[in-house]
Amino acid sequence: MGQGGCDRVGCVSALIQGLGTSVPAGVLGNAELAGRCGTTDEWIRSRTGIVERRMAEPGVATSDLAVEAGARALKSSGHAVADAVILATMTPDRPCPATAPEISARLGLPSGMAFDLNAACSGFIYGLAVATGMLAAGLAERVLLIGADLMTRVVDPMDRNTSVLFGDGAGAVVLASGGPEEPGALGPFDLGGDGERADLLHIPAGGTRRPAYSDDVTAGEHFLHMEGKEVYRQAVMGMTTSCQRVLAKAGLRTSDIDHLVAHQANARILTAVGDRLDIPPDRRVCNVDRYGNTTGASIPLALADLHSAGAQPGQRVLLTAFGAGLSWGSTLLRWPDLGER
Amino acid sequence: MANTYDRVADLLVERLGVTREELSPEATFEELDLDSLDLVEFSMAARDEFGVQISDDEAEGLKTVGDAVALLDQKGAGVAGA
Repeated sequence: MGQGGCDRVGCVSALIQGLGTSVPAGVLGNAELAGRCGTTDEWIRSRTGIVERRMAEPGVATSDLAVEAGARALKSSGHAVADAVILATMTPDRPCPATAPEISARLGLPSGMAFDLNAACSGFIYGLAVATGMLAAGLAERVLLIGADLMTRVVDPMDRNTSVLFGDGAGAVVLASGGPEEPGALGPFDLGGDGERADLLHIPAGGTRRPAYSDDVTAGEHFLHMEGKEVYRQAVMGMTTSCQRVLAKAGLRTSDIDHLVAHQANARILTAVGDRLDIPPDRRVCNVDRYGNTTGASIPLALADLHSAGAQPGQRVLLTAFGAGLSWGSTLLRWPDLGER
Repeated sequence: MANTYDRVADLLVERLGVTREELSPEATFEELDLDSLDLVEFSMAARDEFGVQISDDEAEGLKTVGDAVALLDQKGAGVAGA
């Protein structure tokens, strides 16, 4: 039986009912980064497809963008309430407590459950799955899921292998129960991970294994480290096979898919995954050129672009993500009725 | 069975968008406008096509199409067939 799959008569799905985003006003273009870390605009564009990314001002925290995106998602859903808040992030405001409770309070939500979920770039898909389970179990009636990360805070500004890739942002959706064929319906899901490859993409210091003492900070061990080539290989294969598993569970083919929303890590990865799935370029969402990799915010920022581009309620959208962990996840979405664009 | 060079040439054309006119054993990856991520794609394609693993270090050492053919032959691509 598939995870979250609609295997039973009369089963319910989670429905996306609202969508909102927030990105910092500050734009960090390639020229500025290129000078700082000894590369060129052309090098960055050709290897990543990224032209610019957003960067939060000093003093701004992940919760600040998350609250704004969350408020917009609630407004878009038509109801200002949710009884659970999930924040998918790998860059919380502080190590303890979780950031979601503060977000919930700042949004004026009744004191429902609120917690952070760390599955890095797969966090938003994991959050969709967790919300689906919470709704099915009757633990909540309306879930606010926010994906938000300030990646510019955790990349080494001098490291061209990481600093050119990442940006800051937030995106959110509101989820409630509904029928599996209704606009907004999610599922089935494919989720997976491979902890054997944890070191391919990690922040070595700052946890209990290795607290970030001054020597570690001097050595840059509190920054994100990435084995780019192997991550590329794993991401391409991981997202492709995860999409194939979701399609198999749903009994669909790639020709049934109206839009592919893949984690916006790198334009080269988007091309490699789209080509392998045989989904043509005009059905692939791409905004990595404007935002870079925003980790937990990547999928909802792409959904917002798809909304602006005129996706129609009921269209079939394939969502897939891959990231640190390693972690990956995919699901299908019947495009929701989100009202004005 | 086609020889290794012909199969590598097909792979570069079909998977990496190289034109046949540009290809020769002496052509460098740089001349073909292929960068480090293209070499990762090449190693993934070589695994599919030849059943041969090329490490990132080995891929980085490749300068020409001929180097790639020699490495694949050395790893048994020519005899294993596909």
